[in-house]
Order: sequence, then C-alpha cells, then structure tokens
Amino acid sequence: MRLIKVIGGLVAVVLVAAVGFLVFAHRSEIAAADPPASFDRELVARGARLAAIGNCRSCHTVAGGLAYAGGVPIPTAFGTIHGTNITPDRDTGIGAWSQEAFVRSMREGVDRAGNHLYPAFPYDHFTKLEDGDLAALYAYLMTRPAVRATAPTNDLAFPAGFRPLLAGWKLLFFQPGRFEDDPRSSPELNRGAYLADALAHCGACHTPRNGLGAQQGRHEFAGGVSASWAAPAIDESNPAPVPWTSESLHAYLRHGRAEHHGVAAGPMQDVTRNLAEAEDDDVRVLAAYVATRMGAPSQEREERAKGLIATAAERLPFNVPVPETMGAAAARLPAGAALYAGACAVCHDAGRTGGMDGIDLALATGVQLASARNFLNVVLDGIHSPRHPSAVLMPGFAGALTDEQIVELAAYVRATYSNQPPWPDIAATLRDIRLNRIAANAEARP
Amino acid sequence: MTATSTFLSRRTVIAGTGALVVGFSVARRAFAQQEPQNVGEEPRRPVALPGSLKDAPLIDSWIRIEATGAITVMTGKAELGQGIKTALIQIAAEQLDVAPHAITLVTADTASTPNEGYTAGSHSMQDSGTAILNAAAQARAILVNAAAARFALAAGELKTGDGKVAAPDGRAIGYGELVSTELLHVEATPASPLKDTSRRLVMGRSIERVDIPVKVTGGAAYVHDLRLPDMVHGRVVRPPSPGARLKAIDEARVRRLPGVLAVVRNGSFLAVVAAREYQCVQAMRLLAATATWDGHSDLPESGKLYETLLALPSRDNDILHRSVALPPGGRTLEATYHRPYQMHGSIGPSCAVALREADALTVWTHSQGVYPLRGALSELTGLGAEQIRCIHMEGSGCYGHNGADDVAADAVLLAIALPGRPVRVQWMREDEHRFEPYGPAMIARLGAALQDGRIADWHHDVWSNTHSTRPGKAGDLLSALYLQAPFPPSPPRPLPQPDGGGDRNAIPLYVLPSVRVTNRFIPQMPLRVSALRGLGAYMNVFAIESFMDELAAAAGADPVAFRLAHLEDARGRDVVTEAARRFGWQATHAQRRPGFGHGFGFARYKNLGAYAAIAVEAEVARESGRVRIVRAVAAVDSGEAVNPDGIRNQIEGGMLQSASWTLFEEVRFDRTHVTSASWASYPILRFSDLPERIEVHVIDRPGEPFLGTGEAAQGPMAAAIANAVADASGVRIRDLPLHKERVKAAIGV
Amino acid sequence: MITLTVNGNDHTVDVDPATPLLYVLREDLALHGAKFGCGLGQCGSCTVMVDGRAVFSCLLPAAAAAGRQVKTVEGLGTIDEPGPMQQAFMAEQAAQCGYCIPGMMMRAQALLEAKPAATEADIRAALEPHLCRCGTQARIVRAVMRAAQAMRLVDAVGRRAEASP
Repeated sequence: MRLIKVIGGLVAVVLVAAVGFLVFAHRSEIAAADPPASFDRELVARGARLAAIGNCRSCHTVAGGLAYAGGVPIPTAFGTIHGTNITPDRDTGIGAWSQEAFVRSMREGVDRAGNHLYPAFPYDHFTKLEDGDLAALYAYLMTRPAVRATAPTNDLAFPAGFRPLLAGWKLLFFQPGRFEDDPRSSPELNRGAYLADALAHCGACHTPRNGLGAQQGRHEFAGGVSASWAAPAIDESNPAPVPWTSESLHAYLRHGRAEHHGVAAGPMQDVTRNLAEAEDDDVRVLAAYVATRMGAPSQEREERAKGLIATAAERLPFNVPVPETMGAAAARLPAGAALYAGACAVCHDAGRTGGMDGIDLALATGVQLASARNFLNVVLDGIHSPRHPSAVLMPGFAGALTDEQIVELAAYVRATYSNQPPWPDIAATLRDIRLNRIAANAEARP
Repeated sequence: MTATSTFLSRRTVIAGTGALVVGFSVARRAFAQQEPQNVGEEPRRPVALPGSLKDAPLIDSWIRIEATGAITVMTGKAELGQGIKTALIQIAAEQLDVAPHAITLVTADTASTPNEGYTAGSHSMQDSGTAILNAAAQARAILVNAAAARFALAAGELKTGDGKVAAPDGRAIGYGELVSTELLHVEATPASPLKDTSRRLVMGRSIERVDIPVKVTGGAAYVHDLRLPDMVHGRVVRPPSPGARLKAIDEARVRRLPGVLAVVRNGSFLAVVAAREYQCVQAMRLLAATATWDGHSDLPESGKLYETLLALPSRDNDILHRSVALPPGGRTLEATYHRPYQMHGSIGPSCAVALREADALTVWTHSQGVYPLRGALSELTGLGAEQIRCIHMEGSGCYGHNGADDVAADAVLLAIALPGRPVRVQWMREDEHRFEPYGPAMIARLGAALQDGRIADWHHDVWSNTHSTRPGKAGDLLSALYLQAPFPPSPPRPLPQPDGGGDRNAIPLYVLPSVRVTNRFIPQMPLRVSALRGLGAYMNVFAIESFMDELAAAAGADPVAFRLAHLEDARGRDVVTEAARRFGWQATHAQRRPGFGHGFGFARYKNLGAYAAIAVEAEVARESGRVRIVRAVAAVDSGEAVNPDGIRNQIEGGMLQSASWTLFEEVRFDRTHVTSASWASYPILRFSDLPERIEVHVIDRPGEPFLGTGEAAQGPMAAAIANAVADASGVRIRDLPLHKERVKAAIGV
Repeated sequence: MITLTVNGNDHTVDVDPATPLLYVLREDLALHGAKFGCGLGQCGSCTVMVDGRAVFSCLLPAAAAAGRQVKTVEGLGTIDEPGPMQQAFMAEQAAQCGYCIPGMMMRAQALLEAKPAATEADIRAALEPHLCRCGTQARIVRAVMRAAQAMRLVDAVGRRAEASP
C-alpha cells in the first residue's frame, strides 16, 4: 500500500510538474489580422537592405524557387528542419500575422499560433533587433508577392519533435533582450557589432554549439559548422594565411572575393550574394567590427603573410615539368602531385593571367583548417561565380576523380601549401561527406 | 608611349590625314569594306548577272563535270555551321536534275573556288545560292543542247534525270559523256531556264545536313582536328594588357623544356613551338610566367563607357531625311538605348594550320574570307598572293569576325620560322575572350511625335565604331600590330548603306511621314571591334522595336496592332500577323498571369534580307530580377525556302543567341585590360535559361529570291524580350543586357 | 608509361602523367570527338565518360584515368553504324557548328545509362554544365529525349529476347 502511495505520489508530482511545465511552456495565440494595405516605400526599401544582411533568403528560399516561400531543408544535429514560408500568403505564409505577432516571433521564437520555434531560426540573435528595424523587416516581408506553399514536415529525432520542450531549451539557453552598445567602442563599431550579432547572426555558424545545439557564448566566433562545412574562427584565432583587414573583409563580404583570400564558397557564398544588396556602409561597419574581433595580427604573422604573397607571385607554373617547380612533397606524394598538376595548376598557379584566377593554395584558408572538410567540399562541387550564380568558376571533381585520388590530392595539397600537420584520416572525412550527401540526395549529377 | 595610344592614335593620325586617304580608299570601299561584298581585283562587269555570277561569270567556275559523270560544285562561301553546304547542294541537284549525293561540293579555297569575299552578312544564299541556281540551270540547258545535237532532236523533246539526258525514243546519254573541256567554260547569261517551282524535288525539302554525321561520330570535322604528318604545335603568349610591349623573356629556360622546338620573338609578338600540343601549352605557360612587359592600354572607365564614346569625334551622315511640315499638337517621346561590347565567344578557340614549303605557303583556316585573308597574309609575309593558298576548313561557330584570321596569321608567322613543318596554332580560352574583336558598344537615341495615335515624325541617331576591321590588310591581323616593324591597322570606315554597319537596320520599315536617321560614326576605337552577327541591326532593331512599344503604350494601342497600322510592306505584314496568330497574341494577351509579360519584335534584316517577327512570353521574378523566357514564337520569310528545317535551325539559334546577348552579355574591363577572360566572367545562356518552347514558322515563297536568314532573328528577339519584360514588370529597360541586377534595380522593392 | 582503356581498347602512351586526358585522346589516340573549349571545366566540350560518369577530360590527368573505363563519342557508334545517341542527334538535326555536341552527347549518355527513364527536366538539369553558343539547346534536349526513347526500346527488346526461351 505504502509503495502504491509512493508511486501515486510520484506520479502526481510528475503530473503536476508536467502540467506546470505545459502551463509554463504555453504561449497564447495572437489573433489573425489583416496587415496594413500599404507601407511606406522608404521603410520597405530599408527592410530590403536589412533582410539582405539578415540572410533571410538562404533559409527561406529554395534554390531557383520563389522568394521567401520556404521549404529549404536545414540539417541540424537533431534532424532536418525546413525553412518556412514567410511570404504574406494568409494560409501558408505569414499573411495573417500582425506586426505584434511578427515581433514576438523574432524576439521570443514563438509563432503566431503560440508554438515555440526551433532555434535553427536564430531568434537568439534577432531578439536583439531594434523596434525600427523590426518594423522595416515586417514592411518588407508583407510587401513580397504572396506564395501559396507549405514547407515539408520537419524530420526530427525523438523527442526533439515535441515543441513544448523548446520552452525548457529557452529557459536554459535563451536570453531575450535588446542589443547594448559598448560604451568604450565607436558608434561605427557598435553599429557593426549590432548588425553582426542581432541581424547577420554570424555566430549562428561561426560560434561553436553545445550538445543541445546552443551557441557557446564564451567562445563566440571561435569557429563552428554550417551544413557540411566548417565555419572558420573569426576571432583572434582566425586561420587565414594572410590576416584579414577591414578592407579585405569588406571586399569579401560585398563581392564574394578578396585579393589574397580567394572566393567565398559553400553557405558563405550565399551570405555574400545577399550582402551585395545591403547598404554599403552597413557592410563596411560589419567588416570593421569583424576585423576588430580578429584583432591586430602579430608581427610574425604579418611577416609570414608577406612571404606567402611574394612566393605566390613568383611561383612558376607547376604543370610545367621543370625541377624548380617541384617541392619536396611532390617527390614524396607523386600521385597527388600529378593530380594537382593536371587538374588544378591550370588555374591555381599557371601564371594566373587573364582571369584564370584560382587562388594560390598557400593563401587559401580551407587548406589551413584542422579538418579537410571544406577543401573536400570544394574539390567535389567546385565553386560558382559569386557574381553570376549560374556561371562555373571552378568545376566539381566529384565524378572525375575517385575517392582515392581525392584523398591523394588532399594530402599533397596540405603538405605543400600549409604549415600544418597532415589532415587525419581524409578518407573518413570524405566518406562522411559522401554519406551525408546520399542522405540529403544531393550527390552531384552524372 | 602606351599601346592604346598606338591603337588609338595611329588610327586617329591616319584618319586625320583626311582627304588623301579617303580619296584613295573610295574606289576600294565598295569592295573591301562593305561587309558582305566581294573582295576582287577584277572590275565589276557591266552585265547584271544574278548573285555572285557577276564577279565570276564562267559557268565552270561553279560547276565542273568529269568524263566519269562526277559533278563538282564550287562555292566561295564557307560552312560555318549554318548549313550552307546542304542548301547549295540542294540547289545544284535540283537544277541539274541529279540526286544530292551525286554532288561533291568544294567550299572556299583560293586554289579552286570563286572569290566570293566573305561568308557574312547573310549573303551566302543571295550571292552563292543564286549563282549556283543559275549556273546549274544554264549548265543543264547546255547539256541538253549538246545532247540534242547528238541525238539530232530538238532540245524541247529531251528530259533530264539522274545525271542523264534522255530522248523520248529511249536513248540516253550521261552528263559525263557530253562534257568536253570547253562545254561549260562559257559565260553565264542574265536569264536562266530554271525548273518550274511546281516540279521541285530537292529544293524546299528539309533534307538532313551533310555535315552533321561526321560531327556526331568524332570524325575530323574541323580545322582543329587536322593532323598532318610532322605537324607541330604553336602557342602565342599574349600581353597582359593589349597595349603592353614585351621587355624581356627567359628564352633559355623555356628552350630546355621537353619538346620545345623554337621560341619565336619578333618585337612584342612572342610564341613557342613544340612537338606535342600539351608540351607547347606547358612551354607557353612558363614563357608567360617569366616574360616581363612594359606599358599598358588606357581603357575607358567602364562605368562611363557611353559618355566616353559620345565625347569622341564622330562623322555624321543622314542616311534618310524626309521632312514634312507637321500640324501642331500631338505628343513627343524620346528615349536612349545602350548596348555594351559583346563577344562572339566561340566555344572552340580559334585555330589554324600553316605550312611553308619551298616558295609556297598553305594555310588551313576557318576564316570567313579566304581570299581577303590571302591578301593580308601576302602583305604580312611579302610573298606573292599566287604563292599562298588559303583553304577553308570548318571551325567552331564564329558569328562574325572572331579570332579566325588572327590565328591564321599566328600560324603563318610560326610556319615561316619552321619551314617544312605544318604548324598548328589554337588559341587558349583567355586569348579568345580577351583578344577577339568585339561587337561594338553602341548608343541609339530615338524620338518621335505621335498625332492621333499615329507616328507623325521620327528621328534616330546612332553612335558606333566601325563594324568591320576584317582583313584585307596585314594591319588588320592582331599579331601584325605587335611585330618589330608593325603594320598599320586599316583606317576604320563605316560600311555604306544599304547594308550599313552601325546604321544597319537604322531605317525602320514602317510608314513614317517625316523622318531623319543619322549615322554618327566614331572612328576611334577604345577596344578592338569588328563584325558580330547582325552588326548594328541587333542594336537598332532592339531600339526601334522597343520604342515602337513605348509609342504604342503612349497611344494606348496594342503593340501588334500599332505595328500593323504603320506597316505597308505585304510580306512584313504577313510575318507579323503569322507570329501573332501562332503565339495566340489576341487570345492570350488579355489574360496574362501576374509576373508574366508578352513582347513583340519585327524587322526585315537590312531591309533587304529575311523578314522575321517574334513574340515572346517572359516571366520576371520581382525579387531576384531574373528574366525567364517561357516561350518564343517566330514567323520568318526567307523567300524561297531551300531547306525549311535549315531556316528553322538558324532562326532558333539566332533567337537563343540573341536571348543570351540580351539577358546576360557584357564585356567587362578595367582601365588597362579586359577582365571578361573566361566563361565565369562572361556568362552566357545555359540550359537552365532555355525557354520551355520555341517555335519557328517558315512562310515559303517558291520562286522568290533567296533572302539571307542567319542574322534575321537577333534584333527582333532582343526587342521582344525587352518588351515582354516591360509588360511583365511595368519598367522599361533601355540598357543591354537585361541582367537580373539591372532588372531588380529598375523594379525596386 | 600509362595504359588507358578507351572504348574498350587498351592503349599504352608515353606522356607526362599530368597531361590532361583530352590531349592524349586527340593527339596520341587520334580521337577527335572530345574538343578543347576552355581547358577550365567551364564549357563541357571536352566531356567524355570515365567509369560511367561524365568527366571534363581537359582537367583529368591521364594518370588519373589509368585503370578506368574511358568512353568517347567514337565509342557510341561509327558514321556507318551510328549508335542510338548519334542517330537521335542526326534525326533531330541537333547541331549548328556542332563543336559542343560530342561533349553534350557523352553527358547525355552517362545520364541515360544511369537513369533510362530520365525526364525532360532531368535532361535539362544534367546538361547545365554545357555551353552551346549557336543556340541549339532546344534541339539538343529533343535529341536526348529521342535517344532515351530509342535506348529504352532497345533495352525492352533485349529483355524480351532474353526472357523468351
């Protein structure tokens, strides 16, 4: 009997706790409303420029699809989440959302009906946005063409599919609140910090996450992941062979390429395409802020960079069989060297005149990273032109080279163009990338 | 001194010498500079023979029959992928009454074919097609007469077929048995006994093209595929900026590379020859990496290109001026249109093979004009023209004057350095992109007065560089400008009407009571330019037909109805009506979906060639600014349609190429060099841009003269797209190309 | 020395192992189908099949092709006995200058071998890496559709022949 009482008591406690949690987790619905019939044109234009910085399109527009109609699969550690339709369609989009409902979603991660939203939607950043900017974003989204489209259902592992649990996640990891200026900093850098944190949500990819998918604030910008890509550190530990400057970051963010750094690839290329539509001054302060976070490079790093640039400028075309172009690694890794010479050198070091402007790989960040992931992604898929998305800058080698050959090439490039230890188990990294692609059905076409 | 100044100032100086040069050139102008005309040394004949017969009147210049009965037809025109060989064979076969496969066609070869100048200006059917049509009909008549003499019958009683002349009594005699050396060695007469159009067996049929099987099975179809015994490979090292001059090279290091046979340097012309092709590429890379250069071109600020061009001196000429007093009132409109530099962008970089032996020089080339090229090479090498043979072999599609002639000169310069060895030179991709002569940037300013919904007054000013710097002279060949003793480029000249250059198609076909059209020719060339398919017609038709829509909108009229209200030319009306009907203009125009628009464009190429009208449905994505062509429907009248599918193929191709120019293409450059150096920096139309549907409807006109087709679609297509974009988005874009950034910016948020 | 298997035949060539396959095919093996277009993997003219996949031969070192099955347009049939892909391009007159066509045919062949039921959308998407400057794209798509149909038919007939005793 006593046991039953104990069990009964425990059940009651659990029930009360569960009910209490549900009460705690509950958010009320905000009534459907007709958005204003028109918006101030200036406000809409400002919203457009802010949306470009916020990179909204990347998660809410499928490649080649209608703008903001959603459906983009976003892989997370807990399964696949799909970007939603944020066009003003009343039934499938946000057409029935009042500005209040929109603001609540951005600031609290709760949709109009009162459901908690997954933090793949970076409300942990957007919560810091100013009222005026939220109004502008609302005006912009509400004036987009309405598209009737429902995103596919999320595919999440148990128990992540149970949304009320997100209230607990928020309790642990989510701090609502506005952005606060650093009084010791300049207005420009504060503006840059605001844009980087509250809107561009750089940290969503460039800050490492804990086991429950929350950004580790103490390690802000120390490097994270984005899909199958490594997002390099953008703090003092930034691994770029040539230290970034405010100017080079501006060029990179705005145009997708910067001298001595190469071309943006992977998810970052999307970011730069969006930033091309942002206010130039905003991109400039964003770049200035990130440069500040990276800090002034050491004398030694500067010297090394100068040396690398000079060597790159004088490097003879590797695909020419003269002894002076052969480094030590070529003798040790002849197969990788032949692959590099026949497949890569034509752009990456054959004099680089006339637009075959593949970067000298000694300057490429992807070759310096701890994981071969980014290098392999580029080799497999190539790179499209940041300016002309349909134009191929570098072709992918996914079908051309065997996995073995890609591994040989990666080992050779790492040995020749970085001062880092060899990549551990490149073959395993490559297998992992391939498996994820088969899962995502994104393997390159024949 | 920088080399742009050599480029620009030398031209300026020559142009500035004035009357003497002009006076000297006038006599040649009609031959050498008019894009499609023949470059012949012989004077024109007084008799008006049809087509190219007037320049080569002997029938056996065109048709030879061996004693075996083998028939060879010769044309001075070249196959450029337009299917001309097939059409010419059809014409000859029809008029000679033989099967098409019985005919061997020899194309442009200075040793064996008539001089028909350039294969350009959509003149091949008009010139060569007409010549062969008449020569073949006359040859057949001669053969019939010869047979009549043998049979002692009247010619009218005889019939021809299958290469024989047959008598009603059953006797028959093969063409081969009839011919003697002199039989066809007679001058053609102005009139020909053409077969009645109702009895056509070969003409008017879409027979399969003779050049395709070898191309799809990997045969040696192109000059690129020519492999001669002992052939070696050459590559040229181009300067970093067109105006740079070579300072120093590391010849010894390059010579040590495997396979290298010669490093050839003459002034700033630098090249290497190696035994194997890839060895040559490797040596070229090392030579390029170790060469040092001085100076550079001074190119215009790219954001101020049109201002720069307008600020240059121009030679102005009213090509049409008809004033009538206008009643007061009405409404005037004005609009200015711009076109940037655009590329030919052949998929295969230009290629040639040259062989210097004893006192002969043989050049295998995909030049559009083997005779004019021979003249230029003669001047370049100092060899007599009779010592040089230029043989046309197919290249990758050229779409006008690309690197074909220039690479032939490169091969010749290297062949002279290595006598006895055939030297093959193919340009690298970046050479083709950076050094081909571009289609000129242009500006067109149009104005009109509307009264009672009709155009009462019209004016059109067009600014452009020349549209032909084709050889003729050594100085028209790229490498000749870099030699130790460089050749001066020919002074730039406008191409005269009625074909025109920058002013091609500047005169609308519409009924305009009061009209002024002024060609403002700019001699000075900031970038090297020449003929690109359609020449000025692409831009002028884009401007005229865009403006027609602007006027129709101002008049509150339907675009198609507005055109018809100003069009009296019956064949013009037919293509407009047919394109609108096939498109379903009336039925669908009123029910356009939001974001979708319809556009129309019409022109008769050069006002002399084929008629084309095109209707386009396009979708404009407001968010991205991307234009998607949903469908395009064309109606075309090329006169008598020899091969209707060939016409459709040309028009479809013209439409898609024009869509590419119109939506994507712009040569980009900085202050010293062209930065559009590969397909990544010069994007063109891809499969993802292919419309869902393209239709071409051919209006056949049996018995009517052939009208050139290859360039008929480009202008109308450009305007139809721009008009569809305006219809879909509500914004009128007058600057080419209509790329998504421009469309997005025009739409705003 | 590198041994290449091209269209089922072995060839031993003495070239620098980094030499792109394209040059070996054209110069050593006299196979002209694959064309030099850009040398940068941006146009597709040089496309051949390697182990069933479409590959830019201008960027594949010959050494990397050793031990793999290389197929060029010459391996699809001859001028006297053209294969289904070649017949389809002839039937649709899907060429103007034709320079880009062999590369397109090899990409299409790889697609159809991997996916015999390819739709028009599949074909358009697969051909995206290829450029055609003459504007023949519409005919090329039609030709590949026709080839797909012909190849499916051949396949079905083959299966039926196998199935019947």
